[in-house]
Amino acid sequence: MYVAVKGGEQAIARSLELLAEARRGDTAVPELELAQIREQLRLGVARVMQEGSLYDEELAALAIRQAAGDMLEAIFLLRAYRTTLPRFGYTQPLNTTAMRVHRRVSGTFKDIPGGQVLGPTYDYTQRLLEFDTTAPAVVTPADAPLPLNMPRVLDLLDAEALIERIDAGNDPEPMDLTREPLMFPADRATRLQNLSRGDEGFLLSMAYSTQRGYAESHPFAGEIRMGEVDVVVCPEELGFAIEIGAITLTECQMINQFHGGNGMPPQFTRGYGLSMGEGERKAMSMALVDRALRCDELAEANVAPAQNQEFVLSHSDSVEASGFVQHLKLPHYVDFQAELSLLRTLAAQHAADTDEQLSSVVGGQRP
Amino acid sequence: MDTPPNLARAQWMSLLAQADPAELVAAMDGFAPPADTAWLRPAQTGLYMLRGRVGGTGPQFNFGEITVTRCSVQAAGHIGHAWVRGSNARHAELAALADALLQDDAQRVSVQRQVIEPLRHSLDQHRDKASRKAAASKVEFFTVVRGE
Repeated sequence: MYVAVKGGEQAIARSLELLAEARRGDTAVPELELAQIREQLRLGVARVMQEGSLYDEELAALAIRQAAGDMLEAIFLLRAYRTTLPRFGYTQPLNTTAMRVHRRVSGTFKDIPGGQVLGPTYDYTQRLLEFDTTAPAVVTPADAPLPLNMPRVLDLLDAEALIERIDAGNDPEPMDLTREPLMFPADRATRLQNLSRGDEGFLLSMAYSTQRGYAESHPFAGEIRMGEVDVVVCPEELGFAIEIGAITLTECQMINQFHGGNGMPPQFTRGYGLSMGEGERKAMSMALVDRALRCDELAEANVAPAQNQEFVLSHSDSVEASGFVQHLKLPHYVDFQAELSLLRTLAAQHAADTDEQLSSVVGGQRP
Repeated sequence: MDTPPNLARAQWMSLLAQADPAELVAAMDGFAPPADTAWLRPAQTGLYMLRGRVGGTGPQFNFGEITVTRCSVQAAGHIGHAWVRGSNARHAELAALADALLQDDAQRVSVQRQVIEPLRHSLDQHRDKASRKAAASKVEFFTVVRGE
Protein backbone atom coordinates (compact mmCIF):
# COMPACT_ATOMS: atom_id res chain seq x y z
CA MET A 1 0.00 0.00 0.00
CA TYR A 2 1.34 3.47 -0.88
CA VAL A 3 0.18 6.37 1.20
CA ALA A 4 0.99 9.89 0.01
CA VAL A 5 1.76 12.17 2.90
CA LYS A 6 1.46 15.92 2.61
CA GLY A 7 1.91 18.61 5.19
CA GLY A 8 4.45 20.60 7.11
CA GLU A 9 4.42 23.78 4.97
CA GLN A 10 3.63 25.92 7.98
CA ALA A 11 6.33 24.24 10.06
CA ILE A 12 8.90 24.66 7.26
CA ALA A 13 8.07 28.36 6.94
CA ARG A 14 8.58 28.81 10.71
CA SER A 15 11.82 26.82 10.52
CA LEU A 16 13.19 29.14 7.83
CA GLU A 17 12.36 32.12 10.05
CA LEU A 18 14.17 30.49 12.95
CA LEU A 19 17.14 29.81 10.70
CA ALA A 20 17.29 33.45 9.55
CA GLU A 21 17.13 34.61 13.16
CA ALA A 22 19.79 32.15 14.30
CA ARG A 23 22.06 33.09 11.39
CA ARG A 24 21.89 36.78 12.25
CA GLY A 25 22.49 36.19 15.98
CA ASP A 26 22.26 39.05 18.46
CA THR A 27 21.04 42.09 16.46
CA ALA A 28 22.86 44.35 18.92
CA VAL A 29 26.06 43.07 17.27
CA PRO A 30 26.72 44.63 13.82
CA GLU A 31 26.18 42.32 10.86
CA LEU A 32 29.35 41.04 9.14
CA GLU A 33 30.20 42.92 5.99
CA LEU A 34 31.32 40.93 2.96
CA ALA A 35 34.54 42.97 2.80
CA GLN A 36 35.35 41.87 6.37
CA ILE A 37 34.92 38.21 5.45
CA ARG A 38 36.90 38.63 2.22
CA GLU A 39 39.78 40.47 3.92
CA GLN A 40 39.93 38.79 7.34
CA LEU A 41 38.76 35.24 6.60
CA ARG A 42 40.63 34.89 3.31
CA LEU A 43 41.61 31.25 3.86
CA GLY A 44 37.98 30.28 4.41
CA VAL A 45 37.05 32.24 1.28
CA ALA A 46 39.78 30.37 -0.65
CA ARG A 47 38.46 26.98 0.47
CA VAL A 48 34.88 27.80 -0.48
CA MET A 49 36.03 29.04 -3.91
CA GLN A 50 38.19 25.96 -4.51
CA GLU A 51 35.64 23.33 -3.54
CA GLY A 52 32.72 25.40 -4.79
CA SER A 53 34.79 25.36 -8.01
CA LEU A 54 34.21 29.06 -8.66
CA TYR A 55 36.82 31.78 -8.24
CA ASP A 56 34.93 34.82 -6.94
CA GLU A 57 35.84 36.23 -3.52
CA GLU A 58 32.64 38.30 -3.21
CA LEU A 59 30.32 35.36 -3.89
CA ALA A 60 32.32 33.07 -1.59
CA ALA A 61 32.14 35.66 1.22
CA LEU A 62 28.38 35.97 0.68
CA ALA A 63 28.02 32.18 0.82
CA ILE A 64 30.05 31.94 4.04
CA ARG A 65 27.87 34.57 5.72
CA GLN A 66 24.64 32.99 4.51
CA ALA A 67 25.83 29.55 5.68
CA ALA A 68 26.76 30.96 9.11
CA GLY A 69 30.34 29.76 8.61
CA ASP A 70 29.43 26.18 7.63
CA MET A 71 32.01 25.74 4.86
CA LEU A 72 30.34 22.72 3.23
CA GLU A 73 27.01 24.54 3.10
CA ALA A 74 28.77 27.59 1.60
CA ILE A 75 30.42 25.35 -1.01
CA PHE A 76 27.00 23.90 -1.87
CA LEU A 77 25.57 27.44 -2.27
CA LEU A 78 28.37 28.40 -4.67
CA ARG A 79 27.96 25.22 -6.72
CA ALA A 80 24.23 25.91 -7.00
CA TYR A 81 24.79 29.54 -8.01
CA ARG A 82 27.20 28.69 -10.83
CA THR A 83 24.48 26.72 -12.58
CA THR A 84 22.57 29.99 -13.11
CA LEU A 85 25.40 31.62 -15.09
CA PRO A 86 26.16 31.17 -18.80
CA ARG A 87 29.49 29.59 -19.76
CA PHE A 88 31.53 31.96 -21.96
CA GLY A 89 34.31 29.49 -22.68
CA TYR A 90 37.61 28.04 -21.50
CA THR A 91 40.62 30.11 -20.49
CA GLN A 92 44.07 29.54 -21.89
CA PRO A 93 46.10 27.26 -19.59
CA LEU A 94 47.25 29.07 -16.43
CA ASN A 95 50.98 29.75 -16.68
CA THR A 96 52.18 29.03 -13.15
CA THR A 97 55.81 29.24 -14.29
CA ALA A 98 55.26 33.00 -14.66
CA MET A 99 53.60 33.31 -11.24
CA ARG A 100 54.33 36.56 -9.35
CA VAL A 101 55.53 34.69 -6.30
CA HIS A 102 54.51 35.66 -2.76
CA ARG A 103 55.73 32.42 -1.19
CA ARG A 104 57.97 29.69 -2.51
CA VAL A 105 59.65 26.93 -0.56
CA SER A 106 61.30 23.62 -1.30
CA GLY A 107 61.76 20.69 1.04
CA THR A 108 64.35 19.10 -1.23
CA PHE A 109 66.97 21.76 -1.99
CA LYS A 110 68.26 24.41 0.38
CA ASP A 111 69.78 26.67 -2.24
CA ILE A 112 67.37 27.27 -5.10
CA PRO A 113 67.55 30.01 -7.71
CA GLY A 114 65.42 32.87 -6.36
CA GLY A 115 65.71 31.55 -2.81
CA GLN A 116 63.29 30.21 -0.24
CA VAL A 117 60.60 32.84 0.32
CA LEU A 118 58.38 32.18 3.34
CA GLY A 119 55.63 34.72 2.70
CA PRO A 120 52.60 34.72 5.03
CA THR A 121 52.45 31.29 6.73
CA TYR A 122 51.23 29.81 9.99
CA ASP A 123 54.16 27.33 9.89
CA TYR A 124 56.33 29.31 12.30
CA THR A 125 53.68 30.51 14.72
CA GLN A 126 53.62 29.18 18.28
CA ARG A 127 49.93 28.27 18.08
CA LEU A 128 49.28 30.35 21.19
CA LEU A 129 45.98 32.19 21.31
CA GLU A 130 46.58 35.92 21.19
CA PHE A 131 44.12 37.51 23.59
CA ASP A 132 45.33 41.07 23.14
CA THR A 133 43.85 43.08 20.31
CA THR A 134 46.48 42.73 17.64
CA ALA A 135 48.08 45.98 16.54
CA PRO A 136 48.21 46.47 12.77
CA ALA A 137 51.27 44.65 11.44
CA VAL A 138 53.92 46.76 9.80
CA VAL A 139 55.87 45.03 7.05
CA THR A 140 59.18 46.47 5.94
CA PRO A 141 59.61 45.63 2.25
CA ALA A 142 63.02 44.53 1.00
CA ASP A 143 65.01 47.00 -1.10
CA ALA A 144 64.79 44.83 -4.21
CA PRO A 145 61.85 42.80 -5.55
CA LEU A 146 62.07 39.06 -6.19
CA PRO A 147 63.33 37.99 -9.62
CA LEU A 148 60.57 38.23 -12.24
CA ASN A 149 60.99 34.59 -13.15
CA MET A 150 61.35 32.04 -10.39
CA PRO A 151 62.65 28.87 -12.05
CA ARG A 152 60.86 25.67 -11.12
CA VAL A 153 62.78 23.62 -8.56
CA LEU A 154 61.99 20.38 -10.38
CA ASP A 155 63.81 21.69 -13.46
CA LEU A 156 67.04 21.23 -11.47
CA LEU A 157 66.39 17.47 -11.40
CA ASP A 158 65.11 17.50 -14.96
CA ALA A 159 68.48 18.85 -16.12
CA GLU A 160 70.08 15.66 -14.76
CA ALA A 161 67.33 13.46 -16.23
CA LEU A 162 66.58 12.15 -12.74
CA ILE A 163 62.89 13.01 -12.84
CA GLU A 164 60.18 12.02 -15.28
CA ARG A 165 59.68 14.47 -18.11
CA ILE A 166 56.30 16.07 -18.41
CA ASP A 167 55.20 17.95 -21.50
CA ALA A 168 51.92 18.75 -23.17
CA GLY A 169 52.38 16.12 -25.91
CA ASN A 170 49.67 16.72 -28.51
CA ASP A 171 47.77 18.72 -25.87
CA PRO A 172 44.47 16.78 -25.92
CA GLU A 173 41.19 18.49 -25.01
CA PRO A 174 40.56 17.49 -21.38
CA MET A 175 37.30 15.98 -20.20
CA ASP A 176 35.05 18.41 -18.29
CA LEU A 177 33.26 16.89 -15.30
CA THR A 178 30.78 19.77 -15.23
CA ARG A 179 29.56 18.56 -18.66
CA GLU A 180 30.15 14.79 -18.67
CA PRO A 181 29.74 12.14 -15.97
CA LEU A 182 32.74 10.55 -14.26
CA MET A 183 33.63 7.23 -15.93
CA PHE A 184 36.26 4.66 -14.97
CA PRO A 185 39.09 4.31 -15.61
CA ALA A 186 39.53 8.09 -15.47
CA ASP A 187 42.60 9.66 -17.08
CA ARG A 188 44.91 11.91 -15.09
CA ALA A 189 43.38 15.19 -16.32
CA THR A 190 39.91 14.01 -15.27
CA ARG A 191 41.24 12.83 -11.90
CA LEU A 192 42.85 16.22 -11.29
CA GLN A 193 39.58 18.03 -12.00
CA ASN A 194 37.83 15.73 -9.54
CA LEU A 195 40.53 16.24 -6.90
CA SER A 196 40.43 20.04 -7.46
CA ARG A 197 36.76 20.03 -6.48
CA GLY A 198 37.32 17.43 -3.76
CA ASP A 199 36.87 17.92 -0.03
CA GLU A 200 40.06 19.04 1.70
CA GLY A 201 39.44 16.86 4.75
CA PHE A 202 38.89 13.74 2.67
CA LEU A 203 41.99 14.36 0.53
CA LEU A 204 44.05 15.17 3.62
CA SER A 205 43.14 11.81 5.18
CA MET A 206 43.77 9.95 1.92
CA ALA A 207 47.16 11.68 1.57
CA TYR A 208 48.01 10.91 5.20
CA SER A 209 47.19 7.23 4.65
CA THR A 210 49.76 7.04 1.84
CA GLN A 211 52.43 8.45 4.16
CA ARG A 212 51.57 5.91 6.85
CA GLY A 213 52.16 3.02 4.46
CA TYR A 214 48.86 2.42 2.65
CA ALA A 215 50.53 2.88 -0.78
CA GLU A 216 54.06 2.94 -2.12
CA SER A 217 54.86 6.55 -1.41
CA HIS A 218 58.10 8.23 -0.41
CA PRO A 219 57.24 11.85 -0.99
CA PHE A 220 59.23 15.06 -0.81
CA ALA A 221 57.80 18.54 -1.27
CA GLY A 222 59.85 19.47 -4.34
CA GLU A 223 58.32 22.91 -4.57
CA ILE A 224 55.38 24.83 -3.19
CA ARG A 225 54.69 28.23 -4.69
CA MET A 226 51.90 30.71 -4.03
CA GLY A 227 51.27 33.98 -5.81
CA GLU A 228 49.45 35.78 -8.59
CA VAL A 229 48.81 34.29 -12.02
CA ASP A 230 47.22 36.16 -14.93
CA VAL A 231 44.02 34.75 -16.41
CA VAL A 232 44.15 34.85 -20.21
CA VAL A 233 41.23 34.32 -22.57
CA CYS A 234 40.95 34.50 -26.34
CA PRO A 235 37.36 35.57 -27.18
CA GLU A 236 36.10 34.79 -30.67
CA GLU A 237 34.99 38.41 -31.15
CA LEU A 238 38.61 39.56 -30.81
CA GLY A 239 40.67 36.77 -32.31
CA PHE A 240 43.57 37.59 -30.00
CA ALA A 241 44.37 36.83 -26.35
CA ILE A 242 43.90 39.29 -23.47
CA GLU A 243 44.40 39.20 -19.72
CA ILE A 244 41.15 39.59 -17.81
CA GLY A 245 42.68 39.85 -14.35
CA ALA A 246 44.92 37.97 -11.94
CA ILE A 247 44.12 35.30 -9.36
CA THR A 248 46.03 33.86 -6.41
CA LEU A 249 47.00 30.20 -6.72
CA THR A 250 48.96 27.68 -4.66
CA GLU A 251 50.85 25.00 -6.57
CA CYS A 252 52.56 21.92 -5.15
CA GLN A 253 55.01 19.73 -7.03
CA MET A 254 55.59 16.57 -5.04
CA ILE A 255 58.56 14.31 -5.81
CA ASN A 256 58.20 10.57 -5.23
CA GLN A 257 60.71 7.75 -5.34
CA PHE A 258 60.18 5.23 -8.13
CA HIS A 259 62.11 2.01 -8.61
CA GLY A 260 61.32 1.68 -12.30
CA GLY A 261 58.73 -0.40 -14.09
CA ASN A 262 56.37 -0.41 -17.08
CA GLY A 263 59.35 0.38 -19.31
CA MET A 264 60.45 3.36 -17.23
CA PRO A 265 63.91 3.55 -15.63
CA PRO A 266 64.34 4.24 -11.89
CA GLN A 267 63.70 7.96 -11.44
CA PHE A 268 61.74 10.43 -9.41
CA THR A 269 58.08 10.80 -10.36
CA ARG A 270 55.75 13.73 -9.87
CA GLY A 271 52.49 14.35 -8.06
CA TYR A 272 50.68 17.62 -8.79
CA GLY A 273 48.40 19.82 -6.74
CA LEU A 274 46.83 23.21 -7.50
CA SER A 275 44.51 25.27 -5.33
CA MET A 276 42.75 28.64 -5.51
CA GLY A 277 43.98 31.31 -3.11
CA GLU A 278 46.29 30.24 -0.32
CA GLY A 279 45.45 26.55 -0.05
CA GLU A 280 48.67 24.79 0.77
CA ARG A 281 47.21 21.86 2.74
CA LYS A 282 44.79 21.16 -0.10
CA ALA A 283 47.45 21.45 -2.81
CA MET A 284 49.84 19.11 -0.96
CA SER A 285 47.11 16.55 -0.24
CA MET A 286 45.99 16.68 -3.87
CA ALA A 287 49.56 16.11 -5.07
CA LEU A 288 50.02 13.05 -2.84
CA VAL A 289 46.70 11.54 -3.91
CA ASP A 290 47.41 12.34 -7.58
CA ARG A 291 50.65 10.36 -7.32
CA ALA A 292 49.01 7.44 -5.49
CA LEU A 293 46.34 7.21 -8.21
CA ARG A 294 49.06 6.73 -10.87
CA CYS A 295 49.83 3.21 -9.56
CA ASP A 296 48.49 1.37 -12.64
CA GLU A 297 50.37 3.63 -15.08
CA LEU A 298 53.61 3.00 -13.14
CA ALA A 299 52.96 -0.75 -12.64
CA GLU A 300 52.84 -0.47 -8.86
CA ALA A 301 50.78 -2.87 -6.73
CA ASN A 302 47.27 -1.40 -6.40
CA VAL A 303 46.45 -2.38 -2.84
CA ALA A 304 45.63 0.72 -0.81
CA PRO A 305 42.45 2.83 -0.62
CA ALA A 306 44.27 5.97 -1.88
CA GLN A 307 45.33 4.06 -5.03
CA ASN A 308 41.81 2.93 -5.85
CA GLN A 309 40.39 5.54 -8.23
CA GLU A 310 36.81 4.33 -7.98
CA PHE A 311 37.01 4.63 -4.19
CA VAL A 312 38.77 8.03 -4.13
CA LEU A 313 37.03 9.81 -7.00
CA SER A 314 33.55 8.57 -6.09
CA HIS A 315 33.81 9.80 -2.50
CA SER A 316 35.83 13.02 -2.78
CA ASP A 317 32.99 15.46 -3.40
CA SER A 318 31.58 17.04 -0.24
CA VAL A 319 28.35 18.16 -1.92
CA GLU A 320 27.53 14.61 -3.02
CA ALA A 321 28.73 13.02 0.23
CA SER A 322 26.93 15.49 2.45
CA GLY A 323 23.75 15.15 0.43
CA PHE A 324 23.68 11.37 0.62
CA VAL A 325 24.55 11.15 4.32
CA GLN A 326 22.09 13.89 5.26
CA HIS A 327 19.22 12.67 3.11
CA LEU A 328 18.67 10.05 5.82
CA LYS A 329 16.92 12.80 7.79
CA LEU A 330 14.16 13.00 5.18
CA PRO A 331 10.99 10.95 5.62
CA HIS A 332 11.60 7.24 5.05
CA TYR A 333 8.30 6.34 6.72
CA VAL A 334 7.17 3.88 4.06
CA ASP A 335 10.58 2.18 3.69
CA PHE A 336 10.79 1.89 7.42
CA GLN A 337 7.25 0.48 7.71
CA ALA A 338 8.26 -2.25 5.28
CA GLU A 339 11.41 -3.03 7.29
CA LEU A 340 9.39 -3.03 10.49
CA SER A 341 6.80 -5.41 9.13
CA LEU A 342 9.50 -7.75 7.77
CA LEU A 343 11.33 -7.75 11.09
CA ARG A 344 8.11 -8.50 13.00
CA THR A 345 7.52 -11.51 10.75
CA LEU A 346 11.09 -12.73 11.21
CA ALA A 347 10.95 -12.22 14.98
CA ALA A 348 7.69 -14.20 15.19
CA GLN A 349 9.22 -16.95 13.03
CA HIS A 350 12.33 -17.01 15.24
CA ALA A 351 10.22 -17.29 18.41
CA ALA A 352 8.19 -20.12 16.87
CA ASP A 353 11.34 -21.99 15.80
CA THR A 354 12.88 -21.62 19.26
CA ASP A 355 9.74 -22.97 20.90
CA GLU A 356 9.77 -25.96 18.56
CA GLN A 357 13.43 -26.74 19.33
CA LEU A 358 12.84 -26.46 23.06
CA SER A 359 9.85 -28.76 22.80
CA SER A 360 11.90 -31.42 21.03
CA VAL A 361 14.74 -31.18 23.61
CA VAL A 362 12.47 -31.70 26.62
CA GLY A 363 10.59 -34.53 24.94
CA GLY A 364 7.53 -32.66 23.86
CA GLN A 365 6.87 -31.17 27.30
CA ARG A 366 6.64 -27.45 27.65
CA PRO A 367 8.92 -26.11 30.38
CA MET B 1 47.34 36.99 -35.81
CA ASP B 2 49.03 39.38 -33.37
CA THR B 3 49.72 42.24 -35.74
CA PRO B 4 51.11 45.35 -33.99
CA PRO B 5 47.69 47.12 -33.76
CA ASN B 6 46.27 44.00 -32.10
CA LEU B 7 49.24 43.78 -29.78
CA ALA B 8 48.79 47.37 -28.61
CA ARG B 9 45.06 46.80 -28.16
CA ALA B 10 45.62 43.53 -26.31
CA GLN B 11 47.97 45.38 -23.96
CA TRP B 12 45.54 48.17 -23.12
CA MET B 13 42.59 45.77 -22.80
CA SER B 14 44.65 43.62 -20.41
CA LEU B 15 45.62 46.65 -18.37
CA LEU B 16 42.03 47.95 -18.19
CA ALA B 17 40.95 44.51 -16.91
CA GLN B 18 43.80 44.27 -14.39
CA ALA B 19 43.26 47.79 -13.07
CA ASP B 20 41.75 48.49 -9.70
CA PRO B 21 38.06 49.30 -10.43
CA ALA B 22 38.03 52.38 -8.17
CA GLU B 23 41.12 53.78 -9.90
CA LEU B 24 39.56 53.14 -13.31
CA VAL B 25 36.39 54.99 -12.29
CA ALA B 26 38.46 57.95 -11.12
CA ALA B 27 40.66 57.96 -14.24
CA MET B 28 37.67 57.78 -16.61
CA ASP B 29 35.91 60.64 -14.83
CA GLY B 30 36.99 63.12 -17.51
CA PHE B 31 35.70 60.98 -20.38
CA ALA B 32 31.92 61.12 -20.64
CA PRO B 33 30.40 58.64 -23.11
CA PRO B 34 30.16 60.39 -26.53
CA ALA B 35 26.74 61.29 -27.96
CA ASP B 36 26.72 58.29 -30.32
CA THR B 37 27.31 55.77 -27.50
CA ALA B 38 25.26 52.60 -27.89
CA TRP B 39 25.58 49.66 -25.52
CA LEU B 40 25.67 46.81 -28.03
CA ARG B 41 25.98 44.19 -25.30
CA PRO B 42 25.20 45.48 -21.82
CA ALA B 43 27.43 44.13 -19.05
CA GLN B 44 26.75 40.43 -18.55
CA THR B 45 28.36 38.12 -15.98
CA GLY B 46 29.16 34.53 -16.89
CA LEU B 47 31.78 31.85 -16.41
CA TYR B 48 35.04 30.80 -17.93
CA MET B 49 36.45 27.39 -17.06
CA LEU B 50 40.02 27.83 -15.84
CA ARG B 51 42.47 25.43 -17.43
CA GLY B 52 45.55 24.19 -15.62
CA ARG B 53 48.37 21.96 -16.81
CA VAL B 54 49.35 18.65 -15.20
CA GLY B 55 52.63 19.29 -13.40
CA GLY B 56 52.41 22.96 -14.45
CA THR B 57 53.69 22.26 -17.98
CA GLY B 58 51.96 19.03 -19.07
CA PRO B 59 48.58 18.25 -20.65
CA GLN B 60 45.62 20.49 -19.79
CA PHE B 61 42.98 19.80 -17.16
CA ASN B 62 39.84 21.67 -16.14
CA PHE B 63 40.60 23.29 -12.81
CA GLY B 64 37.46 25.21 -11.83
CA GLU B 65 35.44 28.18 -13.04
CA ILE B 66 35.80 31.93 -12.66
CA THR B 67 33.24 34.72 -12.92
CA VAL B 68 33.83 37.10 -15.83
CA THR B 69 31.84 40.16 -16.88
CA ARG B 70 31.84 41.17 -20.52
CA CYS B 71 30.50 44.27 -22.21
CA SER B 72 30.50 45.78 -25.73
CA VAL B 73 29.86 49.39 -26.63
CA GLN B 74 29.85 51.49 -29.77
CA ALA B 75 31.31 54.94 -29.16
CA ALA B 76 33.10 57.55 -31.24
CA GLY B 77 32.47 55.34 -34.27
CA HIS B 78 34.37 52.39 -32.83
CA ILE B 79 33.36 49.18 -31.08
CA GLY B 80 34.91 48.67 -27.67
CA HIS B 81 34.92 45.33 -25.88
CA ALA B 82 35.79 44.31 -22.35
CA TRP B 83 36.20 41.05 -20.48
CA VAL B 84 37.05 41.51 -16.81
CA ARG B 85 37.23 38.97 -14.02
CA GLY B 86 34.54 39.21 -11.35
CA SER B 87 31.00 40.58 -11.38
CA ASN B 88 31.68 44.34 -11.42
CA ALA B 89 29.48 45.67 -14.25
CA ARG B 90 30.82 49.23 -13.93
CA HIS B 91 34.38 47.95 -14.37
CA ALA B 92 33.43 46.16 -17.61
CA GLU B 93 31.47 49.17 -18.96
CA LEU B 94 34.30 51.63 -18.38
CA ALA B 95 36.88 49.21 -19.79
CA ALA B 96 34.77 48.76 -22.96
CA LEU B 97 34.28 52.51 -23.31
CA ALA B 98 38.01 53.14 -22.89
CA ASP B 99 38.73 50.46 -25.50
CA ALA B 100 36.46 52.27 -27.98
CA LEU B 101 37.98 55.70 -27.26
CA LEU B 102 41.51 54.30 -27.57
CA GLN B 103 40.68 53.22 -31.14
CA ASP B 104 39.66 56.79 -31.97
CA ASP B 105 42.59 58.76 -33.39
CA ALA B 106 41.24 62.02 -31.93
CA GLN B 107 41.15 60.74 -28.35
CA ARG B 108 43.82 58.04 -28.17
CA VAL B 109 46.59 60.28 -26.89
CA SER B 110 44.57 61.84 -24.08
CA VAL B 111 43.14 58.50 -22.95
CA GLN B 112 46.63 57.00 -23.01
CA ARG B 113 47.93 59.88 -20.91
CA GLN B 114 45.07 60.24 -18.45
CA VAL B 115 43.92 56.63 -18.08
CA ILE B 116 46.37 54.02 -19.37
CA GLU B 117 49.64 55.49 -18.11
CA PRO B 118 48.47 56.21 -14.53
CA LEU B 119 46.84 52.75 -14.28
CA ARG B 120 50.00 51.09 -15.61
CA HIS B 121 52.11 53.00 -13.10
CA SER B 122 49.79 52.10 -10.24
CA LEU B 123 49.71 48.40 -11.17
CA ASP B 124 53.50 48.27 -11.52
CA GLN B 125 53.91 49.95 -8.13
CA HIS B 126 51.45 47.60 -6.49
CA ARG B 127 53.23 44.54 -7.89
CA ASP B 128 56.66 45.88 -7.00
CA LYS B 129 55.58 46.50 -3.41
CA ALA B 130 54.04 43.02 -3.06
CA SER B 131 57.21 41.47 -4.46
CA ARG B 132 59.48 43.46 -2.14
CA LYS B 133 57.32 42.49 0.84
CA ALA B 134 57.64 38.81 -0.11
CA ALA B 135 61.38 39.29 -0.65
CA ALA B 136 61.66 40.53 2.94
CA SER B 137 60.77 36.96 4.06
CA LYS B 138 63.51 35.32 2.00
CA VAL B 139 65.59 32.90 4.07
CA GLU B 140 69.29 33.67 4.51
CA PHE B 141 71.04 30.44 5.50
CA PHE B 142 74.11 30.57 7.74
CA THR B 143 76.46 27.63 7.63
CA VAL B 144 77.76 26.76 11.08
CA VAL B 145 81.23 25.25 10.77
CA ARG B 146 81.92 22.65 13.43
CA GLY B 147 85.36 21.57 14.63
CA GLU B 148 88.25 22.97 12.58
